[in-house]
Amino acid sequence: MPKVHDILFRTLADPTRRALFERLCQEGEQTVGALTARAGVSQPAVSKHLAALKQAGLVRDRHEGRETRYAAQLSALAPLMDWTKQMTGFWEKRFDALEDLLKRMDQ
Amino acid sequence: MNDVSSDTRTVVIEREFSHAPDKLWRALTQPHLIEEWLMKNDFSPVVGHRFNLRGEWGGVLDCEVLVIEPNKTLSYTWDFAHEDAAFNLKSVVTFTLIPTRAGTHLRMEQSGFQPNQKQALGGAKHGWQQFISKLEQVLERS
Repeated sequence: MPKVHDILFRTLADPTRRALFERLCQEGEQTVGALTARAGVSQPAVSKHLAALKQAGLVRDRHEGRETRYAAQLSALAPLMDWTKQMTGFWEKRFDALEDLLKRMDQ
Repeated sequence: MNDVSSDTRTVVIEREFSHAPDKLWRALTQPHLIEEWLMKNDFSPVVGHRFNLRGEWGGVLDCEVLVIEPNKTLSYTWDFAHEDAAFNLKSVVTFTLIPTRAGTHLRMEQSGFQPNQKQALGGAKHGWQQFISKLEQVLERS
């Protein structure tokens, strides 16, 4: 398990690579060209970063004609998420908000 | 179908509130109040009523009212459909209100996750944001 974490963290430690992954998460599937246009680095550099992301399982590629389209694979992040802990945190925060609301309802 | 009951996971949160059960009940069952502490919704306190909870991150939860016992028990399904199975969620949320001398003891139990369920609530975006903040913490430490 630590090994999986290592790969994910190491892959995403690079800011340019992380920005590419984040864009795929937020905007959905995109071509290398579209990603390059806003990446601030050359297309070969973008391709190299995408290859690293693919190796870590964070993106998958799909060939369409002469173009390759990349999409984020969010399930790759699953090993980093402890569902129960995350959900507990969610409800604790919601209960804090509920407490605030109950106080306001007095006024 | 596989029997997943042995893998069912449960989250329980309990808290004492210095407010009477009927007041807490209103906060749990009136849409405009639910929105203030939980999420936007079209809830109605009727068994069988289907409604959605809409999160700030854009995610929509599919819910159905299962139990309504005024001032005592409220239960509804809490499902999140996602094309990626790892993010799919089917669960049941149950609120139990127990009157105490000082007010109300509120217990929230959420259970029924799939065995492969690692992360679900906010779907992609929410998980990603949490991941990024976690990553930043790790990077700061290293």
